[in-house]
Amino acid sequence: MTTYRSWAYCPASRQNAIKPAWTDFDLHKETGSLLPFGNGRSYGDSCLNSDGIVIDGRLLNRFISFDVEQGILRCESGATFADILALTVPKGWFLPVTPGTKYVTLGGAIANDVHGKNHHQDGTLGRHIRCFELKRSSGKKLICSPEKNTEFFAATIGGLGLTGFISWAEVQLIKIPSSFIEVETTAFHGLEEFCALSEQANVKHRYSVAWLDCASSGKQFARGLFMSGNHIDCDKKSKSALHEPTISIPINFPKQAINRYSIRAFNALYFNKNRLSAGKPTKQHYDDFFYPLDSIGNWNRIYGSQGFYQYQFVVPPSKLVVMEKALNKIVASGLGSFLAVLKEFGDLKSPGMLSFPRPGICLALDFANRGNITLKLLQELDHLVMDAGGAVYPAKDVRMSSQAFQSYFPNYSEFEAYIDPKFSSDFWRRVSDKKT
Amino acid sequence: MIKKPDNETIVIFGATSAVGQMLARIHAESGDSMILVARNLDRINRVAADLRTRGAPLVECLHSDFDNTQKHSELLENIEERCTDIAKYYFFYGSLPEQKECEASWSSTHNALMTNFLSVVSLLTLIANKVEKETGRGIVVVSSVAGDRGRQSNYIYGTAKGALTIFLQGLRNRLYRSNCSVTTMKPGFIDTPMTRDFDKGLLWVKPEKVAQDIYKAASRRKDEVYTPGFWRLIMFIINNIPEIIFKRLSL
Ligand SMILES: Cc1cc2nc3c(=O)[nH]c(=O)nc-3n(C[C@H](O)[C@H](O)[C@H](O)COP(=O)(O)OP(=O)(O)OC[C@H]3O[C@@H](n4cnc5c(N)ncnc54)[C@H](O)[C@@H]3O)c2cc1C
Ligand SMILES: NC(=O)c1ccc[n+]([C@@H]2O[C@H](COP(=O)([O-])OP(=O)(O)OC[C@H]3O[C@@H](n4cnc5c(N)ncnc54)[C@H](OP(=O)(O)O)[C@@H]3O)[C@@H](O)[C@H]2O)c1
Repeated sequence: MTTYRSWAYCPASRQNAIKPAWTDFDLHKETGSLLPFGNGRSYGDSCLNSDGIVIDGRLLNRFISFDVEQGILRCESGATFADILALTVPKGWFLPVTPGTKYVTLGGAIANDVHGKNHHQDGTLGRHIRCFELKRSSGKKLICSPEKNTEFFAATIGGLGLTGFISWAEVQLIKIPSSFIEVETTAFHGLEEFCALSEQANVKHRYSVAWLDCASSGKQFARGLFMSGNHIDCDKKSKSALHEPTISIPINFPKQAINRYSIRAFNALYFNKNRLSAGKPTKQHYDDFFYPLDSIGNWNRIYGSQGFYQYQFVVPPSKLVVMEKALNKIVASGLGSFLAVLKEFGDLKSPGMLSFPRPGICLALDFANRGNITLKLLQELDHLVMDAGGAVYPAKDVRMSSQAFQSYFPNYSEFEAYIDPKFSSDFWRRVSDKKT
Repeated sequence: MIKKPDNETIVIFGATSAVGQMLARIHAESGDSMILVARNLDRINRVAADLRTRGAPLVECLHSDFDNTQKHSELLENIEERCTDIAKYYFFYGSLPEQKECEASWSSTHNALMTNFLSVVSLLTLIANKVEKETGRGIVVVSSVAGDRGRQSNYIYGTAKGALTIFLQGLRNRLYRSNCSVTTMKPGFIDTPMTRDFDKGLLWVKPEKVAQDIYKAASRRKDEVYTPGFWRLIMFIINNIPEIIFKRLSL
């Protein structure tokens, strides 16, 4: 038994694990239910399988080939985005899509069909996956691509690790002139201003995202900073691609460290600091632009041993009022967040059956775990999102009901046909109403 | 990272071991060429593809079961055919025997001594005679803290590693005048396939960390190095417990 945790610390499970060193490991000799584990950067229980066994793929991190002319990389599924960038950035290639941390594995990123700040231009990661090998518990190995085994390709992208074990994958990278991004920052007040900014920026910028203050009400309600950027040529001597965390939070913070006052103070500080640089474009290293939180190793421990919840949802573009309602609820509750991220998703379709991103406005924020009051608020938010025809991101979830899941992902029953009979997860047992 | 004047060619015996792969990556990323030797050809090829992608200009693969000492001179000829100017010889292979099984069977004990000690002596006998005539070479062998003192829970493995450590001391002394360094690495607990079934606590480290320490120790031509460094203190204490007390402990 080993301790496996997801990022939000809420469920910490002692559970059985296997840690294969080679991709040709046997799946069919294992008894009990199986689930791949990437690097535990999902916040909830979609990467945990407390009744069964997790297949910890972190030793499977070998590169297989890299075509430097075409930017095509094939590697084992346990390679992290940090490993990949360290190899490809010095050669002028970047990941086509990246989440807000580079400590995710390629396999885990495919299984959640991750999105990034360029969703409006490039869609989800799944659109840039050329092919992968899927190991099924029957012993079968399927090469899946947009041309071959297409149903398994579609089911596995965003398939929450349930369709089998991805042993390697091939991804099409994007060409970059340097490791720097030119970033423009603009302050806004209110969601309408955000939408207007987003519409303008998304035409000329590959990346865009906003930071939203979820603690202030009244005149400062829904104030935020809108950031957009492009890769640029830069004469600054390219900083080494390897950039390890510099500060680390070694222990869990005491409970009292996070309360509405400290959150408000933090938000006010962050807002004012960044407003100073607003207006003129700045050059940022990709680490600072994409992965600001990675420079504080284990920042999740700031919430203490009781962990926290993250809630990420999207509502259709026409439902701006719902977003506003949700925000009002969050602000009024005072349970607000340390970090709230607002992003407009584009309409590029993912090949993934259960992919989360869809056109609309997406908000992600953390809630310290205060037990029932937090859970009750999240449930109320669920209802708003369901009524609006939106969705909550499974990668960040530990509590959505089966009713909610099935409303967010109406084609889940089509997906079920592709689940490996031996695979399951804590998340899946909850949302599919199946207890075993 | 330590800068080297030129890129070199190294040989790794046991290149498919978890720690060996991590060490090879450091060399590949700094542009060194390498000859990989291990017993499973398919696995070496996977490791080789990774190392080429990471920047190793030349990677050659050879396969050999090291227990088969009869084949050692042929193996070394094969290596020599591929490169005559080998800067470092690394030894990463090993096996962790079931202590209880060794107690019940001489043949299991013999196998453990063969893999962890005798086969290394056989290879190093041949290599020593070669590097003795050259200058500035390096031999780097992974021994273990388990070789510092015999304990009931794994003294066969400990015996092999302890004997290895002493053999390397002698060899270091002999090769000193050929300016060949002999580095004995003594890792503590590493989270690798070898220790798959152990419950992992605070003292455990990743193979990456041990590989970095080995790379550093090899570049600096060190003699005996504990990795991670805190094991030096732990072993100092353990080595200084009087035998009259030690024999009563259940370690
Ligand atoms: C700071 C931070 C910022 C983030 N920002 C974003 C963001 O901007 N956008 C976004 O989309 N997500 C974001 N995330 C979430 C994160 O990108 C996803 O949860 C990602 O899937 C985690 O990858 P992992 O390798 O840690 O996998 P895990 O969390 O360990 O597992 C995730 C899923 O992948 C499956 N899986 C893992 N390996 C394999 C495999 N080899 N084969 C098949 N299935 C597998 C697991 O079973 C599980 O269902 C963020 C997370 C953090 C901590
Ligand atoms: N892990 C620890 O806690 C620890 C602690 C102290 C010292 N060490 C030492 O560190 C070294 C590296 O071990 P590791 O932890 O990296 O374990 P590992 O990944 O299991 O590596 C052991 C390697 O030895 C190879 N091997 C075993 N017998 C062989 C033989 N007869 N012929 C050829 N190859 C053989 C194995 O080859 P296959 O891949 O073909 O099986 C495997 O690649 C070993 O010397 C070990 O004793 C380990």
